[in-house]
Amino acid sequence: MAQCVKVGIADMNIVSGDDSITTIGLGSCVGIAIRDTVKKIGGLVHIMLPDSKAVRSNASIAKFADTGIPELVKQLEAKGCVRRNMEAKIAGGAQMFAFQNKQELLSVGQRNIDATKAALASLGIPIKAEDCGLNHGRTVVFYPIDGRYEVKAVGQPVKTI
Amino acid sequence: MAEEFDLEKVSHEYYDVLKEIGNIGAGNATTALSQMLNTKVDMKVPQVRMMEFKEVGTTMGGEDMIVAGIYLVVEGDITGSIMFMQRKESAKNMVNKLMMGMASEGDDFSEMELSALKEIGNIITGAYLNSLSTLTGLTIYPSVPEVCIDMAGSLLSVPAAEFGAIGDGLLLIQTDFTDDDSMSGYFILVPDEDSYGKILHSLGF
Repeated sequence: MAQCVKVGIADMNIVSGDDSITTIGLGSCVGIAIRDTVKKIGGLVHIMLPDSKAVRSNASIAKFADTGIPELVKQLEAKGCVRRNMEAKIAGGAQMFAFQNKQELLSVGQRNIDATKAALASLGIPIKAEDCGLNHGRTVVFYPIDGRYEVKAVGQPVKTI
Repeated sequence: MAEEFDLEKVSHEYYDVLKEIGNIGAGNATTALSQMLNTKVDMKVPQVRMMEFKEVGTTMGGEDMIVAGIYLVVEGDITGSIMFMQRKESAKNMVNKLMMGMASEGDDFSEMELSALKEIGNIITGAYLNSLSTLTGLTIYPSVPEVCIDMAGSLLSVPAAEFGAIGDGLLLIQTDFTDDDSMSGYFILVPDEDSYGKILHSLGF
Protein backbone atom coordinates (compact mmCIF):
# COMPACT_ATOMS: atom_id res chain seq x y z
CA MET A 1 0.00 0.00 0.00
CA ALA A 2 1.51 3.29 -1.08
CA GLN A 3 1.89 5.85 1.65
CA CYS A 4 1.78 9.62 1.50
CA VAL A 5 4.34 11.25 3.78
CA LYS A 6 3.56 14.73 5.08
CA VAL A 7 6.10 17.53 5.29
CA GLY A 8 5.37 20.57 7.49
CA ILE A 9 6.64 24.15 7.24
CA ALA A 10 10.44 24.31 7.46
CA ASP A 11 10.61 20.53 7.20
CA MET A 12 11.87 17.92 4.74
CA ASN A 13 11.60 14.21 4.02
CA ILE A 14 12.48 11.53 1.47
CA VAL A 15 10.39 8.71 0.00
CA SER A 16 10.91 5.90 -2.52
CA GLY A 17 8.92 3.22 -4.33
CA ASP A 18 5.21 3.91 -4.80
CA ASP A 19 5.11 6.31 -1.88
CA SER A 20 4.35 9.97 -2.38
CA ILE A 21 5.25 13.04 -0.38
CA THR A 22 3.09 16.09 0.25
CA THR A 23 3.05 19.50 1.84
CA ILE A 24 -0.19 21.36 2.48
CA GLY A 25 -0.80 25.08 2.16
CA LEU A 26 2.27 26.61 0.56
CA GLY A 27 1.82 30.38 0.72
CA SER A 28 4.91 32.50 0.29
CA CYS A 29 6.92 29.36 1.07
CA VAL A 30 8.36 27.24 -1.75
CA GLY A 31 8.07 23.44 -2.01
CA ILE A 32 11.10 21.99 -3.78
CA ALA A 33 10.78 18.42 -5.03
CA ILE A 34 14.00 16.71 -6.11
CA ARG A 35 14.32 13.13 -7.39
CA ASP A 36 16.87 10.79 -8.84
CA THR A 37 15.36 9.77 -12.17
CA VAL A 38 17.26 6.44 -12.16
CA LYS A 39 16.85 5.35 -8.55
CA LYS A 40 13.29 6.74 -8.32
CA ILE A 41 14.00 8.15 -4.89
CA GLY A 42 12.83 11.67 -4.19
CA GLY A 43 12.40 14.23 -1.47
CA LEU A 44 10.55 17.41 -0.69
CA VAL A 45 11.68 20.43 1.30
CA HIS A 46 9.31 23.21 2.39
CA ILE A 47 11.41 26.36 2.76
CA MET A 48 10.09 29.52 4.32
CA LEU A 49 12.80 32.16 3.87
CA PRO A 50 15.44 32.78 1.23
CA ASP A 51 18.64 33.36 3.12
CA SER A 52 19.97 31.82 6.36
CA LYS A 53 22.76 34.37 6.50
CA ALA A 54 20.35 37.32 6.74
CA VAL A 55 18.91 36.31 10.10
CA ARG A 56 20.22 35.66 13.58
CA SER A 57 18.35 32.47 14.35
CA ASN A 58 19.25 30.03 11.59
CA ALA A 59 19.53 26.70 13.37
CA SER A 60 16.69 25.15 11.40
CA ILE A 61 18.26 23.99 8.14
CA ALA A 62 15.04 23.23 6.29
CA LYS A 63 13.71 26.74 6.88
CA PHE A 64 15.95 28.43 4.30
CA ALA A 65 16.44 27.96 0.57
CA ASP A 66 20.23 28.31 0.77
CA THR A 67 20.59 25.57 3.41
CA GLY A 68 17.48 23.39 2.97
CA ILE A 69 18.08 22.53 -0.69
CA PRO A 70 21.75 21.45 -0.30
CA GLU A 71 20.73 19.42 2.77
CA LEU A 72 18.01 17.58 0.85
CA VAL A 73 20.52 16.79 -1.92
CA LYS A 74 23.00 15.57 0.70
CA GLN A 75 20.40 13.29 2.26
CA LEU A 76 19.42 11.94 -1.17
CA GLU A 77 23.09 11.23 -1.92
CA ALA A 78 23.34 9.41 1.41
CA LYS A 79 20.62 7.09 0.10
CA GLY A 80 22.66 6.35 -2.99
CA CYS A 81 21.26 8.95 -5.38
CA VAL A 82 23.58 10.56 -7.90
CA ARG A 83 23.66 14.32 -8.43
CA ARG A 84 23.79 14.21 -12.25
CA ASN A 85 20.59 12.10 -12.33
CA MET A 86 18.68 14.55 -10.20
CA GLU A 87 15.97 16.91 -11.39
CA ALA A 88 13.80 19.40 -9.53
CA LYS A 89 10.27 20.74 -9.69
CA ILE A 90 9.22 23.76 -7.66
CA ALA A 91 5.93 25.36 -6.57
CA GLY A 92 4.86 28.18 -4.27
CA GLY A 93 6.26 31.63 -3.62
CA ALA A 94 2.91 33.40 -3.79
CA GLN A 95 2.20 36.85 -2.51
CA MET A 96 -0.86 36.24 -0.33
CA PHE A 97 -1.58 39.83 0.70
CA ALA A 98 -1.16 42.82 -1.58
CA PHE A 99 0.94 45.02 0.71
CA GLN A 100 3.03 42.31 2.31
CA ASN A 101 6.61 43.30 3.05
CA LYS A 102 6.56 46.86 1.89
CA GLN A 103 10.04 47.54 3.28
CA GLU A 104 11.42 45.03 0.82
CA LEU A 105 11.44 45.69 -2.89
CA LEU A 106 10.33 42.15 -3.66
CA SER A 107 7.83 40.05 -1.75
CA VAL A 108 9.18 37.24 0.41
CA GLY A 109 7.55 34.83 -2.05
CA GLN A 110 9.52 36.21 -4.99
CA ARG A 111 12.74 36.22 -2.97
CA ASN A 112 12.10 32.60 -2.02
CA ILE A 113 11.69 31.69 -5.70
CA ASP A 114 14.88 33.54 -6.66
CA ALA A 115 16.89 31.94 -3.85
CA THR A 116 15.53 28.49 -4.73
CA LYS A 117 16.58 28.86 -8.37
CA ALA A 118 20.01 30.13 -7.34
CA ALA A 119 20.52 27.21 -4.92
CA LEU A 120 19.50 24.62 -7.54
CA ALA A 121 21.69 26.26 -10.19
CA SER A 122 24.75 26.17 -7.93
CA LEU A 123 24.15 22.45 -7.31
CA GLY A 124 23.77 21.86 -11.05
CA ILE A 125 20.25 20.44 -10.73
CA PRO A 126 17.90 21.38 -13.59
CA ILE A 127 14.38 22.69 -12.90
CA LYS A 128 12.02 20.56 -14.97
CA ALA A 129 8.83 22.42 -14.14
CA GLU A 130 7.52 25.16 -11.91
CA ASP A 131 4.27 26.68 -10.73
CA CYS A 132 5.26 29.79 -8.80
CA GLY A 133 4.15 33.28 -7.84
CA LEU A 134 0.64 34.75 -8.18
CA ASN A 135 -1.53 35.29 -5.11
CA HIS A 136 -2.96 31.93 -4.08
CA GLY A 137 -1.93 29.08 -1.81
CA ARG A 138 -0.93 25.65 -3.11
CA THR A 139 -0.97 22.08 -1.85
CA VAL A 140 1.51 19.79 -3.60
CA VAL A 141 1.98 16.03 -3.92
CA PHE A 142 5.19 14.59 -5.39
CA TYR A 143 5.54 11.06 -6.80
CA PRO A 144 9.24 10.16 -7.14
CA ILE A 145 8.35 6.98 -9.07
CA ASP A 146 7.51 8.96 -12.22
CA GLY A 147 8.23 12.56 -11.20
CA ARG A 148 4.63 13.77 -11.20
CA TYR A 149 4.16 16.92 -9.12
CA GLU A 150 0.51 17.69 -8.47
CA VAL A 151 -0.38 21.25 -7.56
CA LYS A 152 -3.77 22.00 -6.04
CA ALA A 153 -5.15 25.49 -5.49
CA VAL A 154 -8.49 26.47 -3.98
CA GLY A 155 -11.25 26.58 -6.56
CA GLN A 156 -9.03 25.34 -9.40
CA PRO A 157 -8.59 21.91 -10.96
CA VAL A 158 -5.50 19.88 -9.95
CA LYS A 159 -2.54 20.72 -12.15
CA THR A 160 0.18 18.14 -12.79
CA ILE A 161 3.54 19.59 -13.69
CA MET B 1 15.61 50.37 24.98
CA ALA B 2 14.67 47.01 26.40
CA GLU B 3 17.14 44.19 26.53
CA GLU B 4 17.29 41.92 23.57
CA PHE B 5 14.35 39.61 23.64
CA ASP B 6 15.03 35.92 23.49
CA LEU B 7 11.99 33.83 22.69
CA GLU B 8 13.58 30.68 23.99
CA LYS B 9 13.66 32.25 27.43
CA VAL B 10 10.06 33.34 27.63
CA SER B 11 9.13 32.84 31.26
CA HIS B 12 5.76 32.03 32.72
CA GLU B 13 5.49 35.60 33.85
CA TYR B 14 5.91 36.83 30.28
CA TYR B 15 3.32 34.37 29.11
CA ASP B 16 0.88 35.75 31.64
CA VAL B 17 1.52 39.30 30.48
CA LEU B 18 1.08 38.34 26.84
CA LYS B 19 -2.05 36.41 27.71
CA GLU B 20 -3.44 39.43 29.50
CA ILE B 21 -2.69 41.62 26.49
CA GLY B 22 -4.51 39.09 24.36
CA ASN B 23 -7.38 39.04 26.80
CA ILE B 24 -7.88 42.79 27.04
CA GLY B 25 -7.46 43.29 23.32
CA ALA B 26 -9.88 40.56 22.46
CA GLY B 27 -12.34 41.83 25.05
CA ASN B 28 -12.44 45.19 23.35
CA ALA B 29 -12.67 43.61 19.94
CA THR B 30 -15.55 41.44 21.11
CA THR B 31 -17.41 44.49 22.39
CA ALA B 32 -16.85 46.25 19.07
CA LEU B 33 -18.05 43.21 17.19
CA SER B 34 -21.08 42.84 19.40
CA GLN B 35 -22.06 46.48 18.90
CA MET B 36 -21.50 46.33 15.18
CA LEU B 37 -23.58 43.19 14.69
CA ASN B 38 -26.05 44.09 17.41
CA THR B 39 -25.84 40.63 18.92
CA LYS B 40 -24.34 38.94 21.97
CA VAL B 41 -20.80 37.69 21.43
CA ASP B 42 -18.85 35.54 23.89
CA MET B 43 -15.15 34.99 24.02
CA LYS B 44 -12.89 32.37 25.53
CA VAL B 45 -9.77 32.97 27.60
CA PRO B 46 -6.98 33.39 25.09
CA GLN B 47 -4.28 30.82 24.65
CA VAL B 48 -0.70 31.91 24.48
CA ARG B 49 1.70 29.31 23.27
CA MET B 50 4.88 28.71 21.44
CA MET B 51 4.46 26.54 18.38
CA GLU B 52 6.95 24.96 16.08
CA PHE B 53 6.47 25.97 12.46
CA LYS B 54 5.60 22.40 11.62
CA GLU B 55 2.51 22.65 13.84
CA VAL B 56 1.38 26.03 12.56
CA GLY B 57 -0.96 24.70 9.93
CA THR B 58 -2.84 22.35 12.19
CA THR B 59 -3.80 25.10 14.63
CA MET B 60 -6.95 26.12 12.85
CA GLY B 61 -8.18 22.58 12.30
CA GLY B 62 -6.12 21.63 9.26
CA GLU B 63 -3.80 23.38 6.84
CA ASP B 64 -6.16 22.85 3.95
CA MET B 65 -9.21 24.32 5.64
CA ILE B 66 -10.48 27.31 3.72
CA VAL B 67 -10.33 30.42 5.85
CA ALA B 68 -10.74 34.15 5.46
CA GLY B 69 -7.78 36.08 6.81
CA ILE B 70 -7.67 39.80 7.41
CA TYR B 71 -4.13 40.99 7.74
CA LEU B 72 -2.76 44.34 8.90
CA VAL B 73 0.72 45.62 9.31
CA VAL B 74 1.35 47.62 12.46
CA GLU B 75 3.69 50.59 12.66
CA GLY B 76 4.63 53.23 15.21
CA ASP B 77 6.50 52.52 18.46
CA ILE B 78 6.15 48.84 17.78
CA THR B 79 6.03 47.06 14.45
CA GLY B 80 4.60 43.72 13.51
CA SER B 81 1.48 42.28 12.08
CA ILE B 82 -1.90 41.13 13.23
CA MET B 83 -4.15 38.64 11.55
CA PHE B 84 -7.76 37.88 12.22
CA MET B 85 -8.77 34.51 10.83
CA GLN B 86 -12.06 32.74 10.62
CA ARG B 87 -13.58 29.86 8.72
CA LYS B 88 -14.99 30.92 5.40
CA GLU B 89 -18.54 30.04 6.49
CA SER B 90 -18.13 32.08 9.68
CA ALA B 91 -16.90 35.04 7.69
CA LYS B 92 -19.86 34.77 5.39
CA ASN B 93 -22.24 34.60 8.35
CA MET B 94 -20.67 37.67 9.88
CA VAL B 95 -20.91 39.60 6.61
CA ASN B 96 -24.51 38.51 6.24
CA LYS B 97 -25.30 39.81 9.73
CA LEU B 98 -23.58 43.10 9.01
CA MET B 99 -25.51 43.45 5.75
CA MET B 100 -28.76 42.62 7.55
CA GLY B 101 -29.30 39.37 5.73
CA MET B 102 -28.75 40.89 2.30
CA ALA B 103 -25.60 38.90 1.46
CA SER B 104 -25.59 36.62 -1.56
CA GLU B 105 -26.35 32.90 -1.38
CA GLY B 106 -23.56 30.36 -1.14
CA ASP B 107 -20.01 30.51 0.10
CA ASP B 108 -18.46 33.03 -2.24
CA PHE B 109 -17.91 36.70 -1.62
CA SER B 110 -18.93 39.51 -3.93
CA GLU B 111 -16.80 42.65 -4.18
CA MET B 112 -19.20 44.37 -1.78
CA GLU B 113 -19.05 41.50 0.69
CA LEU B 114 -15.25 41.44 0.64
CA SER B 115 -15.29 45.12 1.42
CA ALA B 116 -17.68 44.48 4.32
CA LEU B 117 -15.35 41.74 5.58
CA LYS B 118 -12.41 44.15 5.45
CA GLU B 119 -14.43 46.62 7.46
CA ILE B 120 -15.18 43.99 10.11
CA GLY B 121 -11.47 43.26 10.26
CA ASN B 122 -10.69 46.93 10.49
CA ILE B 123 -13.03 47.52 13.41
CA ILE B 124 -12.07 44.52 15.49
CA THR B 125 -8.33 44.73 14.94
CA GLY B 126 -8.62 48.47 15.58
CA ALA B 127 -10.31 47.78 18.93
CA TYR B 128 -7.65 45.21 19.75
CA LEU B 129 -4.76 47.53 18.95
CA ASN B 130 -6.41 50.45 20.69
CA SER B 131 -6.50 48.59 23.98
CA LEU B 132 -2.91 47.42 23.51
CA SER B 133 -1.88 51.02 22.90
CA THR B 134 -3.77 52.29 25.95
CA LEU B 135 -2.32 49.59 28.15
CA THR B 136 1.29 50.08 27.12
CA GLY B 137 1.28 53.82 26.33
CA LEU B 138 2.89 52.98 22.99
CA THR B 139 1.80 54.57 19.72
CA ILE B 140 0.50 52.00 17.27
CA TYR B 141 -0.75 52.68 13.73
CA PRO B 142 -2.50 49.94 11.81
CA SER B 143 -2.26 49.83 8.02
CA VAL B 144 -5.25 49.43 5.71
CA PRO B 145 -6.42 45.81 6.02
CA GLU B 146 -5.98 43.27 3.26
CA VAL B 147 -8.21 40.27 2.96
CA CYS B 148 -7.38 36.88 1.51
CA ILE B 149 -9.45 33.71 1.32
CA ASP B 150 -7.35 30.58 0.95
CA MET B 151 -5.94 27.54 2.76
CA ALA B 152 -5.17 28.15 6.45
CA GLY B 153 -1.60 26.93 6.02
CA SER B 154 -0.80 29.34 3.24
CA LEU B 155 -2.22 32.32 5.14
CA LEU B 156 -0.40 31.42 8.35
CA SER B 157 2.86 31.19 6.44
CA VAL B 158 2.77 34.97 6.02
CA PRO B 159 3.21 35.89 9.70
CA ALA B 160 5.33 32.76 10.10
CA ALA B 161 7.78 33.97 7.46
CA GLU B 162 8.07 37.33 9.16
CA PHE B 163 8.63 35.57 12.41
CA GLY B 164 11.02 33.04 10.96
CA ALA B 165 13.81 35.58 11.15
CA ILE B 166 13.75 35.47 14.96
CA GLY B 167 13.19 31.92 16.08
CA ASP B 168 12.10 28.46 15.11
CA GLY B 169 8.64 28.89 16.45
CA LEU B 170 5.73 31.25 16.45
CA LEU B 171 4.37 32.87 19.55
CA LEU B 172 0.66 32.71 19.11
CA ILE B 173 -1.87 34.71 21.05
CA GLN B 174 -5.02 32.97 20.03
CA THR B 175 -8.46 34.18 20.99
CA ASP B 176 -11.67 32.43 20.09
CA PHE B 177 -14.93 34.19 20.18
CA THR B 178 -18.33 32.92 19.35
CA ASP B 179 -21.97 33.71 19.55
CA ASP B 180 -22.78 30.26 18.30
CA ASP B 181 -21.02 27.82 16.01
CA SER B 182 -21.73 29.96 13.04
CA MET B 183 -19.34 32.68 14.04
CA SER B 184 -15.91 32.14 15.45
CA GLY B 185 -12.49 33.52 14.78
CA TYR B 186 -8.89 33.71 15.91
CA PHE B 187 -6.50 36.56 16.47
CA ILE B 188 -2.87 36.06 15.75
CA LEU B 189 -0.68 38.86 16.97
CA VAL B 190 2.86 38.84 15.71
CA PRO B 191 5.03 41.64 17.04
CA ASP B 192 8.49 41.70 15.49
CA GLU B 193 11.76 41.12 17.27
CA ASP B 194 12.28 44.47 19.00
CA SER B 195 8.62 44.95 19.78
CA TYR B 196 8.30 42.12 22.28
CA GLY B 197 10.95 43.82 24.37
CA LYS B 198 9.24 47.18 24.00
CA ILE B 199 5.83 45.86 25.00
CA LEU B 200 7.20 44.10 28.07
CA HIS B 201 9.40 47.06 28.95
CA SER B 202 6.46 49.48 28.78
CA LEU B 203 4.62 47.26 31.24
CA GLY B 204 7.44 47.49 33.75
CA PHE B 205 9.48 44.37 32.98
